[in-house]
Amino acid sequence: MDIELMISSFPKLLSATIITLKLLSVSLIFGLFIGLIFAILRLNKNIFINKFAYGYSYLFRGTPLLVQIFIIYFGLGQIEYLRSTFLWVVLKEPYWCAIIAFALNTGAYTSEILRSAFQTIKPGIIEAGKSLGISNKIIFYKIQIPIAIRQSLPAYGNEIILMMKGTSLASTVTLMDLTGVAKYIISTTFKPIEVFIVAGGIYLFMTFIIHNLIKLLERKYSFSE
Amino acid sequence: MELLSFGKTGWGDELFIATLMTVAVAITAMLIGFFFALLFTPLKLSKNKFLNFIANSYTTIIRGVPELLVIYLFFFGGTGAVMFVASIFGYNEYIEINAFITGAFAIGIISGAYSTEVFRGAIQSIDKGQFEASKVLGLNKFGQFFRIILPQTLRLAIPNLSNVWQITLKDTSLISVTGLVEIMRQSYIAAGSTRDPLLFYSFAAVLYLMLTFLSMKLINRLETKYSRGY
Repeated sequence: MDIELMISSFPKLLSATIITLKLLSVSLIFGLFIGLIFAILRLNKNIFINKFAYGYSYLFRGTPLLVQIFIIYFGLGQIEYLRSTFLWVVLKEPYWCAIIAFALNTGAYTSEILRSAFQTIKPGIIEAGKSLGISNKIIFYKIQIPIAIRQSLPAYGNEIILMMKGTSLASTVTLMDLTGVAKYIISTTFKPIEVFIVAGGIYLFMTFIIHNLIKLLERKYSFSE
Repeated sequence: MELLSFGKTGWGDELFIATLMTVAVAITAMLIGFFFALLFTPLKLSKNKFLNFIANSYTTIIRGVPELLVIYLFFFGGTGAVMFVASIFGYNEYIEINAFITGAFAIGIISGAYSTEVFRGAIQSIDKGQFEASKVLGLNKFGQFFRIILPQTLRLAIPNLSNVWQITLKDTSLISVTGLVEIMRQSYIAAGSTRDPLLFYSFAAVLYLMLTFLSMKLINRLETKYSRGY
């Protein structure tokens, strides 16, 4: 056990954690937005809109995240047309490619979580609102959304943790995130166990924080007790 | 399209073999995972605090650390660990471990953590009366477990195990970093030599979709088989 290496690599890994957290937070914000839109589309009665939203979530949940990143980073750059548009400014950066892939991926999972949350709301609750003369808009914002948030919190917490682990794939498109730096240190020192302990410890710590934050939110939003 | 054809000019046959490799790695990993689940589920359910702690650390660490990091640990550390064990038995030559074994083992340990949780949940949700009734009927421990508890556990566990299988199948794409020629690696090679990454990575996505679709169909069948009588 090389304790010295563990101590010396800790600051390097910690500064790489900032990139991991940046990737995670930006893609979660975009992903939540995408997820909400597609969850509402899924509940639409129009069969085409419905099927389109289902196809999106099926496509992104049925393929590995690595394939999605590679298609966006290596594949899209191949289309000549895209290179001439303003999109190219975004697509030539591995950072943004990774974020697009992560956001679309987590958006697909989030849309499923939110859809099932909306569907588990008992119709009686909505009917009760209607019979009290509350408008549909207010029923949606004041009744359905708060209940859906509470319902989806545990599953969404898991999704955040899965996404945090997913950001490690950014290292495959040259980004030096926590896993990227860990791999670099391993391949230069050939001490995989020591580096794994430090980097894994940082990841575990983040998992722990996220887990507890979600629990706190769950308590805040619970109204049964 | 020509690039995807079989034979010398196309990559169709290479990709087909790579798909078989992906399936082989995924199945091996899933089985290794079952082995780990078989080992750790009893520890999780045990009343002994220390055994509990061991099983909980296993599932917490594996489920909290990125798969890629675990794969790097095995890829860079696997050879060293095996050589260390071999040196205890007096064998000091260099040992090269094959990428298939390293990859299947790394993914297997990950899949095992998820399977452990699934089995724990399934066994815990079985009615206590079933354990008591099987005891009252005079079955021995072995019979109790294999004839009464396990069939019921399987019925409850199959939907969740199918999720574990999907995760394992998709995780195999990460083994491509170790150089094992499965779908992702083969697409990477093909994309590099034809300069057509969009085609090959999209085709890889289609292959994965096909695999997940087919396995869903198979698992649904299993599910109906095990829910007979419910």
